[in-house]
Amino acid sequence: MSKLPLRARLATSIGGAAGRVSRLTGRGDGSVIGGVLGLRVEPDLLRLLAAGRQIVLVTGTNGKTTTTRLITAALGALGQGVASNAFGANMEAGLASALGRSPDAPYAVLEVDERYLPAVIEMTRPRVVVLLNLSRDQMDRAAELWLTARRWREALASAASCLVIANADDPLVAWAASAAPRVTWVAAGQHWHEDSWCCPECGSHLRRDELGWRCGECGFAKPPTRWVLSNDAVIDESGQMWELSLTLPGRANRSNALVALAVGCYFGATVEQALPRLRQVSSVAGRYTQVQRQGRTVRLLLAKNPAGWLEAFDVLTPSPGPVLLAVNAQTPDGKDTSWLWDVDYRVLLGRPVFIAGERRLDLAVRLEADRVPFKLVDGIDDAVGQVPGTELDVIANYTAFQQIRATLGRAD
Amino acid sequence: MPDERVGRHAAAPDACETLILPAQPWPDEPQDNGKLAPERRPSAGGAGKLRLVWVYPDLLSTYGDRGNLLVLTRRAELRGIEVEATEVNSDQHVPSQGDIYLLGGGEDLPQILAANRLRSDGGLAAAADRGAVVFAVCAGYQVLGHKFGGVEGEPVTGLGILDISSGRGERRGVGEIVADVDPVLGVPRLTGFENHQGVTKIGRGAKPLARVSQGVGNGDGTEGAYAGKVLGTYLHGPALARNPGLADLLLSWAVGSLEPLDPEAEDWASQLRAERLAATAG
Repeated sequence: MSKLPLRARLATSIGGAAGRVSRLTGRGDGSVIGGVLGLRVEPDLLRLLAAGRQIVLVTGTNGKTTTTRLITAALGALGQGVASNAFGANMEAGLASALGRSPDAPYAVLEVDERYLPAVIEMTRPRVVVLLNLSRDQMDRAAELWLTARRWREALASAASCLVIANADDPLVAWAASAAPRVTWVAAGQHWHEDSWCCPECGSHLRRDELGWRCGECGFAKPPTRWVLSNDAVIDESGQMWELSLTLPGRANRSNALVALAVGCYFGATVEQALPRLRQVSSVAGRYTQVQRQGRTVRLLLAKNPAGWLEAFDVLTPSPGPVLLAVNAQTPDGKDTSWLWDVDYRVLLGRPVFIAGERRLDLAVRLEADRVPFKLVDGIDDAVGQVPGTELDVIANYTAFQQIRATLGRAD
Repeated sequence: MPDERVGRHAAAPDACETLILPAQPWPDEPQDNGKLAPERRPSAGGAGKLRLVWVYPDLLSTYGDRGNLLVLTRRAELRGIEVEATEVNSDQHVPSQGDIYLLGGGEDLPQILAANRLRSDGGLAAAADRGAVVFAVCAGYQVLGHKFGGVEGEPVTGLGILDISSGRGERRGVGEIVADVDPVLGVPRLTGFENHQGVTKIGRGAKPLARVSQGVGNGDGTEGAYAGKVLGTYLHGPALARNPGLADLLLSWAVGSLEPLDPEAEDWASQLRAERLAATAG
């Protein structure tokens, strides 16, 4: 902190005070307002706060917040301070705020909105950039996916001093990362294929088999990987196998843990040291939280896009466990609900299905087309009141999720 | 890794391989020189199946485009019409004997690739020639025309089966769109979502599908275009989900007049339409 120029110190302390006010008054979790005010005082705040630290940037369409949390846990094994925007505030103000809150932490793990990655690389000069996946999400706000991948590619090509840790199973990610000077490829899996039928290099139809993917025309193919996920186990770069046994559910989180272990190892935290810390993570910014309500256990799953829904279905309690689906279409969600038609809801057949949210009628028409019986409800409590049995899984998109969390109290 | 995909190709042991259907899921008829083959038309209670062909879902499927296939299937089956749906990827031949062809939206590169493949394949143009129904949204709509704008706005040659020409506009049109359909078609006003930067001029051989009351559409106050049984629109993705009247128009072009559906079967779609039209009116 003392090395910071005076104006940056002032900006940081004003920001910190605002963040505390925000939390105390219950207006928010304080993770953005501080950065907004700080940047007004010192526009170069993020660059100044990042200087001299070991920065890890984490981006991708899904899993950013959880992976950021898991990497932070892994780096905890090093016994030094780690700054992080743990609540998912992933644009410039959120990043500045996170760094300002931990001015002396030598490490920082920052999740970054996928559209801002090039600018944040330029400002923070990261040691490691993690690329998880890229798939359709809020297409009314984002430019085309391929353009996002191309911007990553251009930014990484000129980031000579950083290591890219990239998921080789996602062709768009692999294409972006393949331009970087130094890449550690991990096989973190890809279950959503609908945005990568075409070769990002030449546009031709990609072929897939159990070994990976390959373009029949230009030869662009899945790169050889050094870290591999194999069911519940991770195979590290020395070939040793480790059972994950995470508390967090689902294959998506096993992928996230694989990435976290690879990042940890790069900084000197061995799998043996890091893995017990990953197992302790049980909920991330409200996701996977279990809440007791009217004598029933409610479990919250956030899913913002088709690939995310696919992963959420993977962690539902076994059928016929009831499920509440809640969908909004506010600005943070994307105002276009077309993506509902990219999700295959037939996996819910046999379960009691409740639907809520501001766009529940879109869901109704969607489920009707899949012949999945459902019932309209007026929110979480209405659903809980009608649930047979003692458990309810909730899958909601962003603002619908926040509304439900607010109703249930800010359980974390 | 366990393969438990539940995406579009739920039952598939390998999504890529199973998408590859036989190149010709039904035998091509003897050349019919562009004439309709009414005896093969399916109808309620008739023996023929309604053959839906989703063209290039690997290239043109960005915004829930599967919705149109599902809505057509549902509304046909509710009337006792048996449906055979086929998905044809870009490395397969497009069979020319389908009844209704669907084309979805896509990003620039896949759109260009789709146009090039469809031109060299010839199956879709042959189908349109013999009077099959073609329904295309967004990028697919542009592909049906003479030309459209490529990655840098450069003209790319389309299929020319609909007399329209598209280019790149000044800014992206993103948001809810409402448009009143050409009264000749007897379809209630359209409600949907658009997200495109295209502008489209309609030639003499086609007519505007609708007149925009909110949104951008073709860019000149009109929206979409149709000629014969070929129809395109900028309402993207699952356009038919909010516009069952348009779905029924396409079905009636394929099978003749349709029985009305039980109002109960229309209830959710009607509620959704009413909600969206009310939301956009405000």
